[in-house]
Amino acid sequence: MLEIGLAHYLGVAALLFTIGVFGIFVNRKNVIILMMSIELLLLAVNINLVAFSSYLGDLAGQVFAMFVLTVAAAEAAIGLAILVVFFRNRGDIAVEDINMMKG
Amino acid sequence: MLQVIAFYALATVAVLSAFLVVAARNPVHSVMWLITAFFSSAGLFVLLGAEFLAMLLVVVYVGAVAVLFLFVVMMLDVDFTSLKQGFLSYLPLGGLIALILAGELILVGNAWNAADIAARSEVTATPADMNNVQALGHLIYDEYVYFFQAAGMVLLVAMVGAIVLTLRHRPNVKRQKAHIQVGRDRKTAVELQDIKSGEGIG
Repeated sequence: MLEIGLAHYLGVAALLFTIGVFGIFVNRKNVIILMMSIELLLLAVNINLVAFSSYLGDLAGQVFAMFVLTVAAAEAAIGLAILVVFFRNRGDIAVEDINMMKG
Repeated sequence: MLQVIAFYALATVAVLSAFLVVAARNPVHSVMWLITAFFSSAGLFVLLGAEFLAMLLVVVYVGAVAVLFLFVVMMLDVDFTSLKQGFLSYLPLGGLIALILAGELILVGNAWNAADIAARSEVTATPADMNNVQALGHLIYDEYVYFFQAAGMVLLVAMVGAIVLTLRHRPNVKRQKAHIQVGRDRKTAVELQDIKSGEGIG
């Protein structure tokens, strides 16, 4: 308990990942919270990558974490842009109506 | 000892604020808790010896992504209480799946950890003769340079895509058209009229 090992970091990442999945389940209607949950999932993955990188003595994991960060930022930008356009056309952001986009 | 206290403090704050992200009633509060979660995760990264990624997390997430979320939440005039409905009906299934997932992940993490990785005692990946930023820089610009360029392309495409999606021209807004202003010449701008003396312009 008093020695912080890899398992501790993996535990934190597991809890964060779980909370992200939980958030996706319970906030089915609110797209903004849904996207925040996805950010939490990616954060958990990043913690795992960095923890393994640190404890295995291999820096490549941190490079991967950086790429995950890049993709997460791009995803947030595009997702929020789609959300803004959807709000302009519909007047609200209810997820149930998004299937009208299939044309 | 201080490291242990720091780890538990940061981990507790990160997990609690992550939970409040998904449980908060007000999305603005959710964004604030998201910022807290990212900030304490950056602290965990510092403890792991990944200083550069910690700073990147603060700059990119707290400085850019979270503020982007905040802008969108505050710009869209949405009735968020109606979106919160159904929270309780999804709660049992979501909670069950979350419990199963957490149990499995922590079990796997601990069981695998017991094998041989715990024997390694080095806590940082950084080579002894340089700091984290230097070592990461060498790695990115030597071995992963094409991936680095590809990441730049991903960001560029995301930026162009976001602009293309959200840019719109409203038809009834008056705009300055510089090319028409500059392209005016004497023929179109000035008209000579003969006015008879003493009559003025009708």
